[in-house]
Amino acid sequence: MIQTIHFVTLATILFCIGISGIFLNRKNVISLLMSIELMLLAININFVAFSTQMHDLVGQVFAIFVLTVAGAEAAIGLAILVTYFNHSKDIEVSNISSMKG
Amino acid sequence: MTLQLGLFYLFSAVLLVSALAVVSTRNTVYSVLFLILSFVNAACLFILSGSEYLAMLLIVVYVGAIAVLFLFVVMMLNVDGGFEQNQVSRKRPLMMMISLVLMAEIFIVSKFSSVKFYEKTNLYPIDSKISNVSAIGNVLYTDFVLPFQMAGAILFVAMIGAIVLTIKDENRLLKKQNISNQVLRSRQESVEMVKVKSGQNLDI
Repeated sequence: MIQTIHFVTLATILFCIGISGIFLNRKNVISLLMSIELMLLAININFVAFSTQMHDLVGQVFAIFVLTVAGAEAAIGLAILVTYFNHSKDIEVSNISSMKG
Repeated sequence: MTLQLGLFYLFSAVLLVSALAVVSTRNTVYSVLFLILSFVNAACLFILSGSEYLAMLLIVVYVGAIAVLFLFVVMMLNVDGGFEQNQVSRKRPLMMMISLVLMAEIFIVSKFSSVKFYEKTNLYPIDSKISNVSAIGNVLYTDFVLPFQMAGAILFVAMIGAIVLTIKDENRLLKKQNISNQVLRSRQESVEMVKVKSGQNLDI
């Protein structure tokens, strides 16, 4: 029988893989966005695991909202990326310092 | 080990391996394809845990929309993976260490956590007599209708933002009315009467 600890362990490892992806691929914005998607997927796995193991439906409903926000974030991030690429022909993160932030 | 647990280990192993491939592959197209594989495996895990609607939503939304969007952008931008790697690979063990330390911390905290789940009350208990889709629909369209509408508003704002960001002014399909030009036109500069002789063409 699958227990909650299996899903929680899986989600933790997946989340840390996403974080290490953010650390490792700092040059490539697309890889950064994909790592963020992996982290959101880990969060969704946690929500669904607790929802089904505790027989409460709110976790699955909240996972739908996480999915919505993930879709919106990916669309906006890729749109910014396309605009920046048309502007400067380069998507290296270390060069994006024109806003002097 | 039951069949269910074996399937769980299989799917989670493929999920973790493909997630590692996502973050470690140099070629971005392969990375997106491994992302699709990991999403499909997560959908299989969701089916295994009994939430079929979310699994189908994961396949439709992530694989059908987001991953295809990533693939589209990767192929449109034509970014080669030929970044210089010396500076990154020198710091790579340190970065792996950071994420390993984070994972160890999460495990330690969840191992010695004192959060108790005993006094829980199920606000929306899962009814096993109806299917997962109708259960979610019953909840989502009645009690969660306001967050549902707000999720729609978030998607709408994201759509408008993406369109505004990526559209250019010169090829925008928008024709505005210029009233002063329209009023100041005269008949002499806008209409020309031309006699065309038969058998000859006309230079305009």
